[in-house]
Amino acid sequence: MSAKPRIATVSLAGCFGCHMAILDIDERILRLADLVEFDRSPINDYKTFTGRCAVGLVEGGCCNEENVHVLEDFRRHCDVLISLGDCAINGGVPAMRNHVPLRECLEEAYLKSPGVYNPGGVIPNDPEIPLLLHRVYPCHEVVKIDYYIPGCPPPADAIWSAIVALLEGRPVELAYAGLKYD
Amino acid sequence: MQFVLDGKTITATPGQTILKAAEAAGVYIPRLCAYKDLIPHGSCRVCSVRVNGRIQAACVQTVSSGAIVEHDTEELREFRRDVIDLLFVEGNHYCMFCEKSGLCELQALAYRFGITAPKYPLLNPKRDIDMSHPDVYLDHNRCILCGRCVRVSQDLDHKNVFQFVNRGLEKRLQVNGEALAATDLRVTDEVVASCPVGALMKKRVGYAVPVGDRPFDAQPIGADIESGKGGVA
Ligand code: SF4
Ligand code: SF4
Ligand code: FES
Repeated sequence: MSAKPRIATVSLAGCFGCHMAILDIDERILRLADLVEFDRSPINDYKTFTGRCAVGLVEGGCCNEENVHVLEDFRRHCDVLISLGDCAINGGVPAMRNHVPLRECLEEAYLKSPGVYNPGGVIPNDPEIPLLLHRVYPCHEVVKIDYYIPGCPPPADAIWSAIVALLEGRPVELAYAGLKYD
Repeated sequence: MQFVLDGKTITATPGQTILKAAEAAGVYIPRLCAYKDLIPHGSCRVCSVRVNGRIQAACVQTVSSGAIVEHDTEELREFRRDVIDLLFVEGNHYCMFCEKSGLCELQALAYRFGITAPKYPLLNPKRDIDMSHPDVYLDHNRCILCGRCVRVSQDLDHKNVFQFVNRGLEKRLQVNGEALAATDLRVTDEVVASCPVGALMKKRVGYAVPVGDRPFDAQPIGADIESGKGGVA
């Protein structure tokens, strides 16, 4: 295993927008590749951890039981865990369903909404499909989170400066322009 | 008349509130329910300061000669942060698609205080949106019950479109009619511009100024007061 610090990233109940924002650091991605080794991440498509990671970046909150297991796995393997973006921090757009009972959401999606063709009237319940939680939870209501970078998605500069700070052993501090909720 | 604010002697006029006297001296005390031209009513407590050892709302408390006022202390900063945190979790604030983002005073206070995540569990209450009026909508999800609209409608528009009903967590804003469309609210009323958040909004003007170019994107709320250019309240 290389001596470089390892970074893991994941998208739970998110839209991959925060991962796009990571890529939005532009050519600095090459410097990042020099500085770190990517572990479990959609960037290299590793599905499991290969070792201990210095930093874990989590996009998205927890909307199903698989999200909870993956998030707990991230907490076990990462020294520092960062909630990246509004979905990880407060549930974001997926949390809009929190005002509606789960049964009503499923009926709307699979039975009632315009354009649905479901003659059997079956709401998908294959055991392969992770069970939905009754509501969407922000990550810090499930495991301990060390830092938060809000935004939908967060500014690329905020992500870059946070990663560099952690690699240099400094705490994450967001400049005024880096603290955004939109 | 003089009083002491965080160790600095400030000159004020009799009857002036601590908030206004501080503002005239270039010191920004965070506030939410206070609004220009309105008689303050001290409900949000974001402006809390210690006056001779007691916590008071700076927007209603008038200056007394020789008073010792503490404002920028860690204790008070934390107290204000907590109030702002609670306002977020008690409502449904989806800033990512809110038209008011960058213009919103609640969001701007959170930026100013460096709030990156909610400190308390989200309540996700079920709230309604009143879209009945042709030119204005009322989104209760974002209402922070500051009461500005209640007072502006009465005192400045000389109407009585808004009132509060119920108490505690049940408290909410009620309009004077079946729905907004049934009231005498006009889009030109001062009240429409007075809401600090995205609860009471004009229709069809959203995103006229792009997100990113809005006032609080560029500088923190209160920076105008601190640079001596005067503030909103
Ligand atoms: S009203 Fe303000 S705090 Fe609420 S969602 Fe809109 S921008 Fe965010
Ligand atoms: S609608 Fe706006 S002004 Fe009225 S109480 Fe709610 S937040 Fe305050
Ligand atoms: S209590 Fe003073 S501004 Fe709200």
